Amino acid sequence: MARKKKPARPTQPASAYIIKAPDPNVERHTLAVIVSNEPGVLARVIGLFSGRGYNIESLTVAATDDTESISRITVVTTGTPMIIEQIKNQLDRLVPVSDVHDLTEEGAFVERELALVKVVARARSHERRESLRMAEVFGAEVVDTTTDSFVFSMTGSPEKAKAFIELMRALGKTEVVRSGVVAIARGATAL
Amino acid sequence: MPESIEMTGARVIVQALIDQGVEVVFGYPGGAVLPIYDEIFKQNHIRHVLVRHEQGAVHAAEGYARSTGRVGVVLVTSGPGLTNAVTGLTDALMDSIPIVCLTGQVPTHLIGNDAFQECDTTGITRPCTKHNYLVKESGALARTLHEAFYIARSGRPGPVVIDLPKDIQFAPAPYVEPDGISPRTYKPQLRGDAAAIKEAVKLIAGAERPIFYGGGGIINSGPKACKRFTDFVHKTGYPCTLTLMGLGAFPGSDDQFLGMLGMHGTYEANMAMHGCDVMVAVGSRFDDRITGRIDAFAPNATIIHIDIDPSSINKNVPVDLAIVGDVGTVMGQIDKVWKETVKQRRNGKALDAWWSKIEGWRKRNCLAYKADKKIIKPQYAIQRLYELTKDRDVFVTTEVGQHQMWAAQFYKFEKPNRWMTSGGLGTMGYGLPAAIGVQMGNPDKLVVDIAGEASILMNIQEMSTAIQHRLPVKVFILNNQYMGMVRQWQELLHGGRYSESYTAALPDFVKLAEAFGGVGLRATRPDEVDDVIKEMIAVDKPVIVDVAVDQSENCFPMIPSGAAHNEMIMGMAAKGEQSVSEDGMVLV
Repeated sequence: MARKKKPARPTQPASAYIIKAPDPNVERHTLAVIVSNEPGVLARVIGLFSGRGYNIESLTVAATDDTESISRITVVTTGTPMIIEQIKNQLDRLVPVSDVHDLTEEGAFVERELALVKVVARARSHERRESLRMAEVFGAEVVDTTTDSFVFSMTGSPEKAKAFIELMRALGKTEVVRSGVVAIARGATAL
Repeated sequence: MPESIEMTGARVIVQALIDQGVEVVFGYPGGAVLPIYDEIFKQNHIRHVLVRHEQGAVHAAEGYARSTGRVGVVLVTSGPGLTNAVTGLTDALMDSIPIVCLTGQVPTHLIGNDAFQECDTTGITRPCTKHNYLVKESGALARTLHEAFYIARSGRPGPVVIDLPKDIQFAPAPYVEPDGISPRTYKPQLRGDAAAIKEAVKLIAGAERPIFYGGGGIINSGPKACKRFTDFVHKTGYPCTLTLMGLGAFPGSDDQFLGMLGMHGTYEANMAMHGCDVMVAVGSRFDDRITGRIDAFAPNATIIHIDIDPSSINKNVPVDLAIVGDVGTVMGQIDKVWKETVKQRRNGKALDAWWSKIEGWRKRNCLAYKADKKIIKPQYAIQRLYELTKDRDVFVTTEVGQHQMWAAQFYKFEKPNRWMTSGGLGTMGYGLPAAIGVQMGNPDKLVVDIAGEASILMNIQEMSTAIQHRLPVKVFILNNQYMGMVRQWQELLHGGRYSESYTAALPDFVKLAEAFGGVGLRATRPDEVDDVIKEMIAVDKPVIVDVAVDQSENCFPMIPSGAAHNEMIMGMAAKGEQSVSEDGMVLV
C-alpha cells in the first residue's frame, strides 16, 4: 500500500516555557462541508474553528437540499499541512457533519463570490460615467441607481471581486458587501 | 418502525433510560426536572444517587462508566445545575468517557427570556461534549434519548447532553424502542484497512528495537481488546509501556511491562520510546505530557498508530502508518495476519540486544526513594497500600497531583477498569465522587481514592453522599499540607517561591470524617502505616485516612516541560550519574 508522505513535524516543543515561532509553511484550502440542516450546526463548525485556533478566511452556508435537509458549508481556511488535516478530521468528527471535501486537494475547482458595491458619485460627473464603464468591463450588473449613486452586482473569483472593489473605491465613496466564497469541483463527479 | 405508545414526556425519558439498561442515575433535583424526578419516584428499575454538587454527579457517573464499561447517566436541573456539571463534562470529553447528561431547561416559550435558572445549555456545553441536543418537540424525545446513548458509547466515547424544557416533560409524547436508532451522519469506522494492517504486521515483525505504547483507547475498547493486546504483546515478546489512561490494559507486574511513560514515567519506558525503531501506538494520542519536546520525540522511529478517532492521527506527531479503527477489532485483524504471514522471525538477536539495553535502564531503578524511619514517604505509603491490597480485586481512583503520579508509579494494575483517574483535564476533586460511582457499580469490591489533602477538599461534600447510600469508599490522603505538584514546579521552575501553594488552615480530617458519619484514621509515623491500612480495609463504612507525609518530597523521575525523553531529571536515590544533568539544569 502506498504510504502517504508524512508532513514535517512541528519544530517547537509543546511547552508554555518556550515561545513558539510562526510556521512559514502555511497553505490556503477551500473545504466543502456537507451537514444535516439542524439547529446549532453552524455554531458547532464556527466554535470548532475558534476553539482550536484555526483561521476562517471566508465561510458561506445555505441549504442545498430541502427534502433531505442538507446544507453545504464552503469554508476557506489557512494552515500548515498538519493543521489542515486536523481541521478536516475535526470537522468530520462533528456528529451532524456527513462529509468533508478538500477541494484544493481533490483537483480543479471553481470558486465564485458575489459582491454588491455601492458607488456614490455626483450626477453627470466623470467618476459616475467611469464607474459604469468599469462595471461593463467586469460584467457587473446595475441593480439600483439614483442620480448620485449606483449599486453594482458583480460575480466572479475572489481576486476579481477584489480588483473590482479597488477600482470602484478610487471613484468615490463606496459601500461593499461580499457573500464569501462558494466553490465546486470541475468535471463530471458530483458529491 | 416499531409501534409507538403515548405517554408524558417525563415518562418517555425514564422509559428510554430503562430500555437502555440504565440501573443507576447520579443527580440532583431542581425546578426544571421535577416531572422527571416524579417519574423516578414512581418506578423501581432505576436507582438514583443523590449527590451534593452536580460536578460530583458527573464524576460519579464517570467512575461508574469506567469501572463497569457502561454508560454513566447524570440528571441535573437547569441553570446552575448544568453549569456546575460543566467541569465533569469536560473531564469526560478529555478522557473519552461515555456519559449521558440530562439537564432540565425552562419551558420552551421562556427560552431566551433570561428566565429564572435559565442558561444557554447547548451553547455552554457545545465545546465540552461529544454532542448535545435541545429537545423542542416531545415527539423527538424517545429518538433523541436513544441516539444520545448510541453516540455516547460508540466510536470514541464521550459525554452527550440532552437539554429538556419543562413543558416538553409534561407534554404527551410517543415512545419508541431503541432498536436500530442511530444518527444518519455518524458512522464510526471499526475495522482497520486491510492493506495497512498487512504493512503494520511486516513492520512489527521486522523491528529491531520495538515498543508498544498503549493508551486509554484499549481500555475503552473493552476487556476483550485488552486481552487481545496483551496476548499479542506476549506473542511478539516486545516491551510495552502504557499511558496514565492505559494502566491496566497490560498487566502491571508483567516482565514485558516497562511502567508508565511520559512526564513522570519510568526511565526505562521513556528511554525505550526515545531509542525505538518501530513504535506501535495503540489507542493513545501523543499528549504533550507523553511526548515532551516534539521535535526530539522518538527521532528514529517508524510510528504505527491505531486509533478509532481520525483526528487523533497526525495531531501532535506525524505518523508513518495510520490505522483508523476500533482497537479490539484491529488487534484481532493484526493477530490474524500475523498468524498467516509471520512464520520465521529474523530479529531475535537484535531483540536480545534491545532487551539488554532496556535491562540496563531498568537497573537505574528510577523510582527509588530514600526511605526514612521517622517521616512517612508518600511513595512508601502507596507501596504499603499496594502490598496490603494486591490480593483483592481493588478499584483505585485518584485526585490530581503528586499523589496521582505516585499512585500511577507504585500501584500495579493487572486488569483493566480498575484505575480511574482524571488524565486529560486533570481535575482536582475527581477521586471521591468517582469512587462513589465505582462503588455503586461494584458493590462488594474495595474502592480506594488515593488523594491529596488539597484535592480532596474540592469535593469533600460527597462524603455525605457516600454515607447516605452506604458506600464504604476509602479515602487515602497523602497529606503534605502543600499543593504538592504546584510546590514541586515552583521549586524547580520558579526559584522556590512557594506562592499560595501551602494550605495554612487544613481541617482535622479524622474529625471531618466523623462529622460526616464516617470513620477517620491517622498515621504520622512509618510504623503506623500498615495498621491504618488494615483497619481502613476492615471498616465497612466510608473511611478517611489522613497520612502525614514528607512535605518536601518531589515526584521523580520527571521530564521537565519542553524537554525530550532522554533528558529526564532523576530522583536522588536513583542509581547512575549525577541525578540532575547539566542539560537538565539549563532546561529547568
